[in-house]
Amino acid sequence: MTTATTVPAVLQAPKILKGAIWAVPILIVLVVAPWVLDEYRTIELAYGLVFAVAGLGFNLLLGYTGLLSFGHAGFFGVGAYTVAFMVKYVHVESMELFLLAAIAASIVVSVVFGYVCVRYTKIFFSILTLALSQVLWSLAFKFFWITGGTDGLRVPTPRLLGVAMAESEDKSHFLAHQYYYYVLVAFVACVAVMWVIVHSPFGKALQAVRDNETRARFVGIQIRRYRFVAFLVSGVFTGIAGALWVPLNGLVTPDSMVWTFSGEIVFMTVLGGFRNFTGPIVGSVFYNFLKDYAVGYTVYWQTFMGVILVILVLVLPTGIVGSIKLLWTWARRRMAR
Amino acid sequence: MDIFVIHLFNALLYASVLFLIAGGLTLIYGVMRIVNLAHGNLFALGAFATASAVSGWFAGSQSAWLYLLLPVGALLVAAIGAILEPTLLRPFYRRPEEYQLLVTFGLLMILEDVIRFVWGPYPISATVLFEKMGQVSVGDYVYPKYNLLVIGVGFAAALFLYAFIYRTRFGVVLRATSQDMRRAAALGVNVNAVYVEAFTIGCFMAGLGGAIVVPSQSAVLGMGVDALILAFIVVVVGGLGSLEGAFAGALIVGIVREIGVSLVPELELAILYLIAAIVLLVRPAGLFGKTT
Repeated sequence: MTTATTVPAVLQAPKILKGAIWAVPILIVLVVAPWVLDEYRTIELAYGLVFAVAGLGFNLLLGYTGLLSFGHAGFFGVGAYTVAFMVKYVHVESMELFLLAAIAASIVVSVVFGYVCVRYTKIFFSILTLALSQVLWSLAFKFFWITGGTDGLRVPTPRLLGVAMAESEDKSHFLAHQYYYYVLVAFVACVAVMWVIVHSPFGKALQAVRDNETRARFVGIQIRRYRFVAFLVSGVFTGIAGALWVPLNGLVTPDSMVWTFSGEIVFMTVLGGFRNFTGPIVGSVFYNFLKDYAVGYTVYWQTFMGVILVILVLVLPTGIVGSIKLLWTWARRRMAR
Repeated sequence: MDIFVIHLFNALLYASVLFLIAGGLTLIYGVMRIVNLAHGNLFALGAFATASAVSGWFAGSQSAWLYLLLPVGALLVAAIGAILEPTLLRPFYRRPEEYQLLVTFGLLMILEDVIRFVWGPYPISATVLFEKMGQVSVGDYVYPKYNLLVIGVGFAAALFLYAFIYRTRFGVVLRATSQDMRRAAALGVNVNAVYVEAFTIGCFMAGLGGAIVVPSQSAVLGMGVDALILAFIVVVVGGLGSLEGAFAGALIVGIVREIGVSLVPELELAILYLIAAIVLLVRPAGLFGKTT
């Protein structure tokens, strides 16, 4: 840490202010959303925020460290199954305990996987993360007497801060109000933590490793250790997302850790733009609405999403946020002329 | 002893099909440095095409001529490959790997739906080819003759490919392009043509794998994605881009899986993934890969 260049606090202050100009209105929109949208859309938005947390974690590796993981569904599934196991075998109902347990479990798995994976980069890193996450998937799939196999495990609505859902309350009302705000708070906390990480000297060092490994090593950055820590943080964020996802879905199946879901996490991040901090957030929320629309519209939704992905990669490789930024600078230049 | 022979046959059967899938995947990677995530779906496409040719167009027929329909899937997939490479993949060779993986992932999603659209959601098969050949007795046991044919096709494909790549002029050009694309181009090799040919051969093998599998097991949705993961394990064990590696990897995976299935069925898949992870740890480039 000491070797990385530290940016004086004075220089960082405007950056926070600049971020706040965008963040505050968006936060207000998110807070009032349950009053404006119907319950179904609000729950959809909650799903989007949960995936955004996963996307943020994923992007610490792809966008900031330059490592493409094709196994992040593994961490997501670890978080989700931890919650399901807590309910089934420990008979806990508290969401806070779920989150703590999911963090602990994803730390353990990330340490093991990270120890193996960060030795490699590029395609080997991708394949290795994919293979290891599939180990978890096959365990969840085959040990059906523990995990419920393809039937999965049911999870009832949890207690939030010790308060259970009222007997008379409708489940979707609960999810669209109390639980939505719970997710929103967790989301904001995760965004704040990730923002600090990315803008810290540690985050800068990761970007240095991504841009030029040899030079980064020359200035004394211990590359493998930095990658390992990034992998760990990334895995924990995705694990938290997995735990938050469970009450929304009510059911945990091996599909939550299958490799094509890892592909969807990659998709979301690239859709938003992986060279931006906000890219994965925008991408996840947008992807979730898009997919829901496509699934409701046609059974051939995969073609729809696949075509979008191909076009995206061909025409808009910087994603939604990157393209908006490009348009913005172009428009400003036109105005200045 | 007889049961041992049966197990050996099963291992070889599995290895043959795996070699056809993984061989194509590794050939494409070796020449173009692109990992084709849609490769498993090309395999599935071959299976569906052959199954519908046999049990759709010629339903009820018992003629031995039906065996000539086996290559239908392979040829169809090869034709698709010849179209896909120049149109979809070519713009991506200069782009970072992330984009290559993503575009083939998009292709995977599209092909999955193409299969659903053309053949519907139900499994189809071509069992007539499997039953027609009957069985051969191994001591106290019987073994389907068709499976022996599959093993034969797998090994013949390996032999042909070896002869093709190491004994023909085109093979020389292919290997030169694979080693140094720029220098090959400077020496007058039409790199674009080589790429189309290599991709087509890779697709042909995947389609052939699907075609010979479908008489003994049905073609189902999702079979491509499963096959891709197994092919990944094979190429990781053998070394990405190495055909010898794909051959050895397919044999290793085939044998290990057979042992796993008979001893600890629950861990069958986990063992395979763990082997891949261990090989990557010990020899990052795989058993036959070149460390660069």
